[in-house]
Amino acid sequence: MARLFINALKERALTKEQREEAVSLCPFGAIELSRGELEINSGCKMCKLCVRNGPEGIFEYVENEALSDAPPQTDKGAYRGIAVYIDNAEGSIHPVSLELLGKARELADKVNHPVFALFIGSNISGVAEGLLHYGVDEVFFYDSPLLENFLPEPYTNVFADFVEKVRPSSILIGATMAGRSLAPRVAARCRTGLTADCTKLDIKENTDLVQIRPAFGGNIMAQIVTPKHRPQIATVRYKIFAAPERSERPSGKVTQCSIAEEKMVGRVQLVRITKNEKKLSIADADVIVAAGRGIKSQKDMAMVRELADLLGGQVASTRPLVETGWVEPQRQVGLSGRTVKPKLIITLGVSGSVQFRAGMENADIIVSVNRDENAQIFDVSHYAIVGDIYEVVPKLIEQIRRGEGSDRHV
Amino acid sequence: MKILVCIKQVPNTTKVDIDEETGVLKRDGADTKLNPYDLFALETALWLKEERGGTVTALTMGPPQATAILKEAFMMGVDEGALLSDQAFAGSDVLATSYAMSQGISLMGDVDVIVCGKQTTDGDTAQVGPEIAEALDIPHATNVTKIIDVGDQGLRIEVEMGDSLELQDIPFPCLITVDADIFVPRLPSYKRKIATAQREIRTIKCSELPDQDPNRYGLSGSPTQVERIFPPESSTQKVMIKGTGDEAAVVFYEKLKELKFL
Repeated sequence: MARLFINALKERALTKEQREEAVSLCPFGAIELSRGELEINSGCKMCKLCVRNGPEGIFEYVENEALSDAPPQTDKGAYRGIAVYIDNAEGSIHPVSLELLGKARELADKVNHPVFALFIGSNISGVAEGLLHYGVDEVFFYDSPLLENFLPEPYTNVFADFVEKVRPSSILIGATMAGRSLAPRVAARCRTGLTADCTKLDIKENTDLVQIRPAFGGNIMAQIVTPKHRPQIATVRYKIFAAPERSERPSGKVTQCSIAEEKMVGRVQLVRITKNEKKLSIADADVIVAAGRGIKSQKDMAMVRELADLLGGQVASTRPLVETGWVEPQRQVGLSGRTVKPKLIITLGVSGSVQFRAGMENADIIVSVNRDENAQIFDVSHYAIVGDIYEVVPKLIEQIRRGEGSDRHV
Repeated sequence: MKILVCIKQVPNTTKVDIDEETGVLKRDGADTKLNPYDLFALETALWLKEERGGTVTALTMGPPQATAILKEAFMMGVDEGALLSDQAFAGSDVLATSYAMSQGISLMGDVDVIVCGKQTTDGDTAQVGPEIAEALDIPHATNVTKIIDVGDQGLRIEVEMGDSLELQDIPFPCLITVDADIFVPRLPSYKRKIATAQREIRTIKCSELPDQDPNRYGLSGSPTQVERIFPPESSTQKVMIKGTGDEAAVVFYEKLKELKFL
């Protein structure tokens, strides 16, 4: 096992100040003083910052002491292909799956791998054929009345069968409700790595999938790889990648697969499905006005709503406003809320954490109003309005009303 | 009924900066809180206990100072708390974390229901719950929005699937991850704080877990590796508009007209 430890001999030579300084080296609070001596606790993320930046020789990192303890290596060469899980939303294909097929093609071409699609459902052979218009080399479909609706256990069993038979190198899964429930179960079954909500994907020559996502809940991007395990699994939200054009002529082939009947029956019973009443979805809005912490009180949301109404748009917000209860959770933009790709998004008093930006930076036009010239939201904005939302927004509303009035007179 | 709730200590702030020269992550590690989504998991667990009787145990994994959130759980009414804490867990990714949690849970006796929050605010992955269920080989449901009925054999639950709501019967033992809004979390009570101040918190070391394979824990048990961290790039061409509220509003208005949104 790799270990990070403190050289006790050299530690003893440190002064109290040096020790205190060493404690502050760790961004995770994993270096602590215990009875006056430095110690590493389980908060350690093995980032090795202390090894690099700490006093010489105090923090040491040792790779596997006993090689016999090393985890068995996966033969990467035995795994080939980029597979996409096709999210079956009541007999039709969720658009995120097509977006992932486009990305899979791009990745596969770089390493000269085939693109596979895994499709699970009931009575789906026709829809499976349709996938051949999206640049897939082979569609594997499992078709049974027992698989009509998504349930984690049977779908995981099917998935595991697919992985065993096809041995794909990478698997991309849309981060839909079903995908987010299925992907971790599959990853745990295959004892492999899973990276959630990737915002960028690339591939190395050695077929390691380069998975980039915002990390530590904050303004940092992390590049994550799964160097020793296959398959490598990533989930991606809807509207992160562009969908490929439908080609007129189909290419590739479809292959029907099956597993034992008892594996298609899990312990959970589906009693009833009710369609959600057409619930508000900010993901489908063309215009969004998003409020952030610059909003000082709940009643000020009226101003945000008014602007949204005038533009025929929807109100959205950052996470803090949802946490305070001023805005409904369905209106939250960001990694823990919705990903949106509207024609126009206006952000009001939004600072622009990575978390939030990951959910909206693909919008066609981003206009942001913030008092702070250095607000991070401006990094992704096309129009940066440096000003107080309490001055700019009421004036803008007034201006629009006046404009509408004069238009009507013309 | 034996109910177990998984909770996590997260940083209180999402403010992180990187020193671009040294690549050092600058974060105030001392300021932490209970993951806000876990409040709903705790409330669900306590509600189940009130419905059916039994005990609620809170389990977390983290550094020794994570006992703070177990004390918070006591203040809400949780009966027992346990902390998985060992340097052997350092560097754990989702797989290693969920495996260690599942091993810890197996030490707690026959648990009927495991409740997890929707996700954490630091990792934001929402993956640990289902991976724990798989490691324990029990059924799971995510995005549970309501508990309709608590039976002798299992739960009848409402599950949000995006376009639809599903009514599901899930048998014990099972794991559910609950939506924010499933219940309104109760406030911690000062009386309980005093009453539970001396309550012992069990610390579980890696050496106490049933599976002693070192390749299942910490860095060795983690298939994913963070290769590098970097500040997000900003590539967008932007137009800066400054001025008083009046001027900015006029420019803003003209821009919206020009872009044909008005």
